[in-house]
Amino acid sequence: MHPAPPPLIRIENLTLGYDRHPAVHHLSGDIPAGALVAVIGPNGAGKSTLLKGIAGELRPIGGRILMPGLPPGALAYLPQRGEIDHSFPVSVFDVVAMGLWREIGAFGGLSRQQRQRVREALAAVGMSGFEARPIGSLSGGQLQRARFARLMLQDAPLILLDEPFAAIDSRTVDDLVQLILGWHREGRTVLTVVHDFEQVRRHFPTCLLLSREPVAFGPTAQVLTPEMLARARRLSEAFDEDAPECQIEQPAQALPPDAGPHAHGHAHRHEHGSHRH
Amino acid sequence: MIRSRCAANAPPLIVTEFLLAPFTDFAFMRRALAGCLALALGATPVGVFLLLRRMSLMGDAMSHAILPGAALGYLAFGLSLGAMTIGGIVAGIVVVLAAGLVTRASVLKEDASLAAFYLLSLAAGVMIVSLRGRNLDLLHVLFGSVLALDDGSLLLIASIASVTLFCLAVLFRPLVMECFDPAFLRGVSRWSPVAHYGFLMLVVLNLVSGFHALGTLMAVGIMILPSAAARLWARGLPALLLLAVLFAFGSGVAGLLLSFHADVPAGPAIVLVCGLVYFVSLLAAPGGLLVARLPVRHHLES
Repeated sequence: MHPAPPPLIRIENLTLGYDRHPAVHHLSGDIPAGALVAVIGPNGAGKSTLLKGIAGELRPIGGRILMPGLPPGALAYLPQRGEIDHSFPVSVFDVVAMGLWREIGAFGGLSRQQRQRVREALAAVGMSGFEARPIGSLSGGQLQRARFARLMLQDAPLILLDEPFAAIDSRTVDDLVQLILGWHREGRTVLTVVHDFEQVRRHFPTCLLLSREPVAFGPTAQVLTPEMLARARRLSEAFDEDAPECQIEQPAQALPPDAGPHAHGHAHRHEHGSHRH
Repeated sequence: MIRSRCAANAPPLIVTEFLLAPFTDFAFMRRALAGCLALALGATPVGVFLLLRRMSLMGDAMSHAILPGAALGYLAFGLSLGAMTIGGIVAGIVVVLAAGLVTRASVLKEDASLAAFYLLSLAAGVMIVSLRGRNLDLLHVLFGSVLALDDGSLLLIASIASVTLFCLAVLFRPLVMECFDPAFLRGVSRWSPVAHYGFLMLVVLNLVSGFHALGTLMAVGIMILPSAAARLWARGLPALLLLAVLFAFGSGVAGLLLSFHADVPAGPAIVLVCGLVYFVSLLAAPGGLLVARLPVRHHLES
């Protein structure tokens, strides 16, 4: 009997939101190192918000996210809508090489070996020969492949992908899924927001179903059930502008990992504000 | 016989007479030339990044913002280089920070808050200068005096150009990433604010340096016009920077000669030549207007 390894991410009673309105409400759970998690749920369910919170771009308005084993900067985050300026005159090679920032910093030059790694990353996403092309000349799918190549070079143990397959054709999606599965085999922890349930069933062992309230977290077969999905749909998406302050200090039931689907009991819709922890 | 030997050994008369003599014969022209070279090396690369960050008009706004500071320096100490420089830099930095603060803390976007600040600054500046009133001085502040650069001004412009080149070299990679994909830079490092505010400081510095030569109203001209012209030709960033600097210096030389021979003010002449380069590029360059009108060239295999 060996003890379970400590989780890579421990989420404690987390509430994330905008203007005091929660978008992720009282979420708790552990994500073990090496997990491949699909984050699913309807639009407005707080999936992107959760990823932003883990990436450190959004400060929690309640609870906390602990990543004790993760050195700072060891996290690669691919936002849904990047702020990339497509008209900027840089080449595909330069963009992908930006993934080496943690190794070369602001001043370091690229060694011959690092150049080789940039080319290998481009080859891995099927973009060999595109090195010198300006970034603005890429199609949507090619740009997403280039962003994946940059992500690969970041060599991060934790990878967050926000809807990486939105508006991407099926062949590119297949290639990108193979990359993600490769990262999983290498022992990296990957959280991906996905909308295609078929894909989730086929490739993702673990699933987190959100609908602002956490609905279920566990093995995919137990999360992707008609009852769970119906429950997710029922939970409201709308903010109530005049909602009273949320009075709940601790959720009724924490969601342990791989412990089967949990319905998260309370379906209240309060404004979230003055938690004093 | 004699004529042909002359032509072989010495440059043609027109070259020496029209292009070289003004600079060899007159010290003030040489100073102006050195000033133009420094501005092309310092201000124009900054202008390239202003253009790429879509902040061209913001540069214009900021150039007006330095006026009241320079004017206050003028009011206190007369036409003193140091006082007007420090006043201009302080005013520019205050307006940049104030506009940034307003943008973050209110519903107004950056362009609106800057427009508000620069209009107020311009009005205040002209008012302050006229308080002590000689029109000649007002003209000097508004339109610069590239043909009357003294040692101090020239040293200042050259120093600012050197500092700018050094800072751009240090900031180059973070700045490119901040322009291209700020979210990524924020994710991997803490350089984002350093790059952003460091760059704005460089903009203020170079506006002050341009202000001594070309005046507050036209300092942005030598930043943005060569950059925009070069953007129409160049596809990569290094080529873009190099071409913009060449355009700026070439326009400076041509503008000075135009001013010398046609007896027109030098500052506007330089900016107008920059504008000419821009319009020619706009017509002829691969990124310009005429390409779309040309017959379609046969497409490639892949």
